[in-house]
Amino acid sequence: MSDIAITDAAPEPHVHHPFLQHHFEDLGQQHEASTLGMWMFLSTEILFFGGVLCAYWVYRIMYPEAWAMAAEQQNKLYGGINTIVLIISSLTMALAVRNAQLGKRKATVGMLFATLIFGSTFLAIKSIEYWQHFHEGLFPGTNFTWNEVPALAPKVQLFMTFYWSMTGLHALHMVIGAGLLLWMMMRAWRGDFGPEYYGPVEIMGLYWHFVDIVWIFLFPFLYLIHGVHHG
Amino acid sequence: MADEHDHAPAHAPHIHVTPMWIYIAVFLALAVGTLLTWWVSTIDLGWMNTPIALLIATIKAVLVILFFMHVIHSTRLTWVVVIASFLWLGVLFILTFADYLTRIWQIY
Repeated sequence: MSDIAITDAAPEPHVHHPFLQHHFEDLGQQHEASTLGMWMFLSTEILFFGGVLCAYWVYRIMYPEAWAMAAEQQNKLYGGINTIVLIISSLTMALAVRNAQLGKRKATVGMLFATLIFGSTFLAIKSIEYWQHFHEGLFPGTNFTWNEVPALAPKVQLFMTFYWSMTGLHALHMVIGAGLLLWMMMRAWRGDFGPEYYGPVEIMGLYWHFVDIVWIFLFPFLYLIHGVHHG
Repeated sequence: MADEHDHAPAHAPHIHVTPMWIYIAVFLALAVGTLLTWWVSTIDLGWMNTPIALLIATIKAVLVILFFMHVIHSTRLTWVVVIASFLWLGVLFILTFADYLTRIWQIY
């Protein structure tokens, strides 16, 4: 507390860390505040995705046969590979934060770059799936075609509406995450981060891991519904 | 005022550098969980298929939150926000289901 006291006798040369915002006491407080703020934001994100998931479950309970048949339209291999790819990207993201904490500049940039590569791989595989679904007529709208069980077709179309919106919102988050990764790579390269100050990488990591968690639920919900009601 | 347990330079954040093996172990658990979810979906367990898939996904999410997102070393205030988020999610689900899943005049 004593360093707050203002005396005109000997103005202590107050050496501030260049990234300490003036409204925080010290870097520790700044770090805690930003972590808390990010979790506040993530709680809104949890409810944002939660709303779509809730609607999905209401219809899944209403139309179990249609949901099971629709999930069989999905490419489980691509979905599974993408899940693993995203988990690897979460590991490299966590290691980027660790390297930033330890002040390893090049390793931080390297791990952020690896995260970017795996994230892009996910988006590339997702694009192939989108392209295939589009050509199979599984995009909702007037050109929607699915004739296995005509009576279930409108419900399968409803499932596909959920599929495109949920994976689309997830992919949008990934694209934003890729932009943030580029920004963090630039800052890490510049040497902004070290044991005293690594908050931005940590916060970026929270975002990236959250997007990973969303996919952890989307994969079984959209690709792996066991078809108990037919066959 | 200064935290006596803090060995980092003065006023630095209280750092917990997670050991490498924890990150690797969590990653392996997540990979095994993914393969398990896929494998379980190929066998018929009747009504148990969905709860098992949900359980595995929830365990994976908790691992990511605690270890990758460092919540296990976070302040209690952060814990409150994290837990409250999921409480609100529960309110969202329970109130919606209390309506839609109790409309007995509809045939499910």
